[in-house]
Amino acid sequence: MPEIKVTPLGAGQDVGRSCILVSIGGKNIMLDCGMHMGYNDDRRFPDFSYITQQGRLTEFLDCVIISHFHLDHCGALPYMSEMVGYDGPIYMTHPTKAICPILLEDFRKITVDKKGETNFFTSQMIKDCMKKVIPLNLHQTVQVDDELEIKAYYAGHVLGAAMVQIKVGSESVVYTGDYNMTPDRHLGAAWIDKCRPDILISESTYATTIRDSKRCRERDFLKKVHETVERGGKVLIPVFALGRAQELCILLETFWERMNMKAPIYFSTGLTEKANHYYKLFITWTNQKIRKTFVQRNMFEFKHIKAFDRSYIDNPGPMVVFATPGMLHAGLSLQIFRKWAGNEKNMIIMPGYCVQGTIGHKILNGQKKLELENRQTLEVKLQVEYMSFSAHADAKGIMQLIRMAEPRNMLLVHGEAKKMEFLKDKIEQEFSINCFMPANGETSTVATNPSVPVDISLNLLKREMALGGPLPDPKKPRTMHGTLIMKDNCVSSLIFFSDFGCPWLEHQLRFTCRVQLQDAHSDSDTHIRIYTHLKSVLKGYTIQHLPDGTVMVESIVIKVSSSPEEPNTKVLLLSWSYQDEDLGSFLSTLLKKGLPAALSSM
Amino acid sequence: MAAHLKKRVYEEFSKVVQLPQEEAPAKKLRLTKPSKSAALHIDLCKASNPTDALQYLLSFARSSVEAESVEGVVRILLEHYYKEQDNSVRLKIASVIGLLSKTQNFNPESILDDTLNTFNTEKSHQVLAQLLDTLLVIGTQLPESPAVRHRLIEVACKHLSDTYFGVRNKCLQLLGCLGNVDTHLNKDGHGSVPPGIVAPGGSGGIGVRDVQSVISDYFTDQDPRVRTAAIKAMLQLHERGLKIQQAIYDQACRLLCDDYEQVRSAAVQMVWVLSQLYPESIVPIPSSNEQVRLVDDSFGKISHMVSDGSWVVRVQAAKTLGNMLQVSPQFLEQTLDKKLMSDLRRKRTAHERAKELYTSGEFSSGRKWADDAPKEKVDTSAVNLIASGACGAFVHGLEDEMYEVRNAAVDALSALAQSSASFAEKCLDFLVDMFNDEIEEVRLQSIHVLRQISTNITLREDQLDTVLAVLEDSSRDIREALHELICFTNVSTKECIQLALLELLKNLTKYPTDRNSVWKCLKFLGGRHPTLVLPLVPELLSTHPYFHTPEPDMDDPAYIAVLVLVFNAAQSCPTMTALFSDHTFRHYTYLRDSLSHLVPPLRLPGRKQAPGVCGIDGSGSVESAQLFLQQSLCRVSTIHNLQDPGAQDLLNFTIRDLQRLGELQAELAGAADFSATYLRCQLLLTKALQEKLWTMAVPLCLKHNAMATAAAKQILEETYKLEFLYSGLENRQVATIHHVRLQAKALQLVLTARTRRGVEPLISVCEKFLQEVESFQRLFVIELPHLQDSFVGKLLELSPRLSACKPGELVKILQTTLRQSGFLNLQLPEQIQRASGTIIEPTGESDNPLRFTSGLVVALDIDATLEHVQDPQNTVKVQVLYPDGQSHVIQPKPGDFRSPGPHRHRLITQVYLSHSAWTEACQIEVRLLLAYSSARLCKAAWRDGTTEGLQPTDGTTEGTIPFGKPVKVFIMPKPARR
Repeated sequence: MPEIKVTPLGAGQDVGRSCILVSIGGKNIMLDCGMHMGYNDDRRFPDFSYITQQGRLTEFLDCVIISHFHLDHCGALPYMSEMVGYDGPIYMTHPTKAICPILLEDFRKITVDKKGETNFFTSQMIKDCMKKVIPLNLHQTVQVDDELEIKAYYAGHVLGAAMVQIKVGSESVVYTGDYNMTPDRHLGAAWIDKCRPDILISESTYATTIRDSKRCRERDFLKKVHETVERGGKVLIPVFALGRAQELCILLETFWERMNMKAPIYFSTGLTEKANHYYKLFITWTNQKIRKTFVQRNMFEFKHIKAFDRSYIDNPGPMVVFATPGMLHAGLSLQIFRKWAGNEKNMIIMPGYCVQGTIGHKILNGQKKLELENRQTLEVKLQVEYMSFSAHADAKGIMQLIRMAEPRNMLLVHGEAKKMEFLKDKIEQEFSINCFMPANGETSTVATNPSVPVDISLNLLKREMALGGPLPDPKKPRTMHGTLIMKDNCVSSLIFFSDFGCPWLEHQLRFTCRVQLQDAHSDSDTHIRIYTHLKSVLKGYTIQHLPDGTVMVESIVIKVSSSPEEPNTKVLLLSWSYQDEDLGSFLSTLLKKGLPAALSSM
Repeated sequence: MAAHLKKRVYEEFSKVVQLPQEEAPAKKLRLTKPSKSAALHIDLCKASNPTDALQYLLSFARSSVEAESVEGVVRILLEHYYKEQDNSVRLKIASVIGLLSKTQNFNPESILDDTLNTFNTEKSHQVLAQLLDTLLVIGTQLPESPAVRHRLIEVACKHLSDTYFGVRNKCLQLLGCLGNVDTHLNKDGHGSVPPGIVAPGGSGGIGVRDVQSVISDYFTDQDPRVRTAAIKAMLQLHERGLKIQQAIYDQACRLLCDDYEQVRSAAVQMVWVLSQLYPESIVPIPSSNEQVRLVDDSFGKISHMVSDGSWVVRVQAAKTLGNMLQVSPQFLEQTLDKKLMSDLRRKRTAHERAKELYTSGEFSSGRKWADDAPKEKVDTSAVNLIASGACGAFVHGLEDEMYEVRNAAVDALSALAQSSASFAEKCLDFLVDMFNDEIEEVRLQSIHVLRQISTNITLREDQLDTVLAVLEDSSRDIREALHELICFTNVSTKECIQLALLELLKNLTKYPTDRNSVWKCLKFLGGRHPTLVLPLVPELLSTHPYFHTPEPDMDDPAYIAVLVLVFNAAQSCPTMTALFSDHTFRHYTYLRDSLSHLVPPLRLPGRKQAPGVCGIDGSGSVESAQLFLQQSLCRVSTIHNLQDPGAQDLLNFTIRDLQRLGELQAELAGAADFSATYLRCQLLLTKALQEKLWTMAVPLCLKHNAMATAAAKQILEETYKLEFLYSGLENRQVATIHHVRLQAKALQLVLTARTRRGVEPLISVCEKFLQEVESFQRLFVIELPHLQDSFVGKLLELSPRLSACKPGELVKILQTTLRQSGFLNLQLPEQIQRASGTIIEPTGESDNPLRFTSGLVVALDIDATLEHVQDPQNTVKVQVLYPDGQSHVIQPKPGDFRSPGPHRHRLITQVYLSHSAWTEACQIEVRLLLAYSSARLCKAAWRDGTTEGLQPTDGTTEGTIPFGKPVKVFIMPKPARR
């Protein structure tokens, strides 16, 4: 029996360092190649030695697919392709291909230039790596080789994020990457057709969360900003450069537009400007509203949002500033925070999660006095707000996706083990399908039952046409009688017996079944009783009582016999042909329940 | 007749074809009608290849064929059909036959047999499908004939087992359109047909099955298009009034999970139809022993479809939910339920939190991180992630990516909320959330919906806060919709009133153009909540128990806004006036006069009330005014002859009375004005006729003539006003008005006859007049009995003589008839309203001229309200009058009209002004015009007559009536600098 094997090298019961190996139909595919934010040592990258101890990976992998540009999904790519060695095709969507190198370069700069690490990939390596990338379009089926094909679906989450369907023959796997089932201001909701994959590999970041409606969150956010600006206060929003930042920009931009507000909004420049450029280009990847209105005005050409300059920090009057980095641990955002923290009119809005130890984390926990370097203290008087704008699917969203795709098996990655456990139970319970949650390095195996396409010889087909009357009959399956020919260990064709010159007649497959019944009547009475009973139960079927004492339901024969020793114990003989399997098994279970007593009066 | 013509058709084409040379040209001309079919025949014979034949058929399909010759044409077509080898040509022939059978007054039964015969030989599936389509057309033309229907259904059943989906589709469509439940139930029932192998649609099968079960077999067809067609056919059966069996419900529910969106979409409709048919029957819930009502079950299933993968289905599902009003409340409320959970702990929704904060009396701090932190631990087994049933359907629908879905969801919410007060309460939060949608259309829609359900609800403070935040929206439509909403909202506390006032004032300063709308809004707010306003009065008017506060500026719109709120509250709260300071009273009298529509009459202590005010309040006054109106008209009706002494005086007085009445009683203004105008017409006519001039010699009466001519002209103008400015007129009044007009025209005719010499000019005028009399007679045949004794009545008595007589004679007759004719009484219709238009913007108060460079254009914003104007998109125009007498008439775009309420329209448009340079600023006049055309009326009258009788518009008059006050605007075109 063919199998599909899935082995996470990263992101198995964990968040970060997404890297999943799939072998399907003799093909090996690597899904994502990310890095872990939490580590600075070797654990940062997936353990590629799992694939091979020495040498290049090229001969072991058929292709690599990157779902989106976040570093925990693509951060290890240059390391793998250039340093470990891989020359095969790498697939990603167009926006991912455009934005990914910017982020990799930024990541490299921070690690090498700031932290001074050596033995890291270089700019040239990033460039070389990107040369191996083949871009994907949404819903475009790409043949990787003769048998392996991949197809991308829209995933929401960030610009260019995609879910991928991998298909070999009739076996298939869908990998979701990160996705979002609720649309937001600039991205649509993830969508997939009913492709019924053998395995659906889904992220499960929010496996145990059901989120509130996004409108409440948006409204709260806008209200807070609006109030502060009206008071004449300044608002600082620390963000990471890509993804949520654009979402918040659009949100504020449209709000400013709608409410006719005048206060300036600034965005600290840097790599964001480059990225924004790509956002403007890839309009097709955004949501309905932006796609429909971009002819009049591209929503990413912000009218109210201007580039920030350090000298603006001390400007009087209200303003809103987006600044990197998001956790307030360094850089411009921290600098601005220090300046503005003393005024209670001001406000800081943290749009995401902050790692322990950062200033962001401290102020979120309500610390009022911060110790800075040089024994300075900073009093925090400004308002601190927390606003979660996460773009992952919540538990409901994951369930919704499962309902959309109707997979035969589930596999959860990219989440915490404990939370996965809960979701796994739920999935198994509600969809009654198997659900796996392998740890890193652990292999989950799924046996598949692929349908095998068979060519039918024309003779056979013609004969069937002649026998069975006009096609198609929506109510009944048809059996065909023929010979299967297998060549080279795989099925090739089904042909008519006589093509071989064998004059055998075809076989008929019949099931028979005995049902014991306690009934204190004579045989013929029982027959009539069965007849009336079935007649009342099976409406719309033809039920006949033949003169020889048998009851026929469609083509199912029911006969009653009893031994003279025990006249009350009747043995019902049921016989049906293979075509009537459904009805036959239904009848046998029905009759096993016995005949209703009320019938006796009839 | 038809048979005869048919023969002629045959004769004709055969002759033309076979003996083209010998055909006598004279005969050709005589038989023009059937030559078309003959030509077709030639063309088809000539056509050497299928492409040509197709071309001929295409051009033939465009022309129309007379009913008599259709049958012949069809025969020709069929003849070619059998000869034709090419599928596409045969297909086109079949479609042309279908087209032909739709010809008016043609009975397609005669071609049915021939059409059915084609099925015997046809092999191509596409052509078969088209033939079935043709049959469908024929069948729908003959709904009354059961025999035909039976035959068609037999054909359909026979082809149901075709391998091509199109054929099956058409068969199902045919069954849906023509099938009947009762006709096909075989009496002797079951058992006679061998089971199993026979296909359900096979010839034997139909005997035992009725149409519904045949169609439902195809719910599981392998082709999604056929499945869709099957569901649609079933829906068609339902539409035709056949009762669908409940047994189909299960099958329909299964189709909800079909792979194809069009199937799912149709299935949603099907399930809905069944839920409406059998709302109360009980269905079991699978995997449990419980049972629910069918309507609840289907509601749950359709709710599920709101999170479908295809947006088409989502829209359909969301729309459908709004039509399921019988659903039980607990299911309904589930649609708004979404249990929140964070890290396996139960979390309250923001809505719940807001509500809790409100009830506990504490204001949201919102300053702590994680103050929304989850509290209780969730029992993992109890959490249902894909809640079966209706859970959270609207939560999903309102958050959908496609605005079509969101809009449909908002509409559905509105429909459901209007039928259930408790649901209205619950969905409030969600609707308020929609005010923040990214698409303006959706925002506007949700505001409208909230207004519709606002009678059911009272807004909490936090909700009001969110609602009011939208007041700063830059879109005028949104703001105005919101004002409209606030007019109808109930609030619970005095803080709410204060909040609303504050936000409205903010709005006023930010968008001064909203002035009127804001004031109106405050008027209702005050009127609705007098007790809540009472404690706020000292603060609002900034009065102080000991000190006099400075008197506020009377022209400040914000101050006026506050006063409007207070005065309207004071109307039903008599104690409030005691809190007013002196200047408030003064301001009251000023505002009562200048903004009487916003400031109600108050009973002020120790103040003499103006008599005018006295007359208006008091509820009985409408009836008494009505009575007065009736009496006045009665009095007038006693006049039999206008020549009577004192009749003129009576008319004069009555006109004066009516005019005054119209001013005092807004409800009766239309009726009073209408009758006053009518009476004035009569008065003018009388005066003109009473002149001595008629007895004088012609040369002596030039001066008097001038007066009479002016009177005639004025009467004409007034009649147009009467006819087109008032809505609610019945045919009778129109007849009366036309009658007056005819009199005026007669007067004009007589006057021309007297002043001009020579007969030639008179002849044409007389003819025209006679034409008009004739058209009057045609238009108002029904009304003629009422006009027995009048001018027209008398004229018509003489009508045979009139058309024959010479102009001189005619004039004499007219003159005597005019003078002898009696006064025609006016019957007032039930409701009569005068169209009115008020230009709100520009106000005409500005002293700053609008400067622009001459030769270029400047846009002037016009904002006007129109009341009781029918079809304003076509009739209302804007006129601009320049000081030099130039005038431009501008037709606003249809999109510039909005309809905020019944009989009310709002015109917000821009007119472009331009002029050559002026030396100094000068005023231009902007006014609204009502365009009319008598053709409208005439066409309506002709409609029942012959269709070809569209006469040239000789009798139509077109013109415009100015209505509403003109507004003056200062403009200053400057010479261009070079």
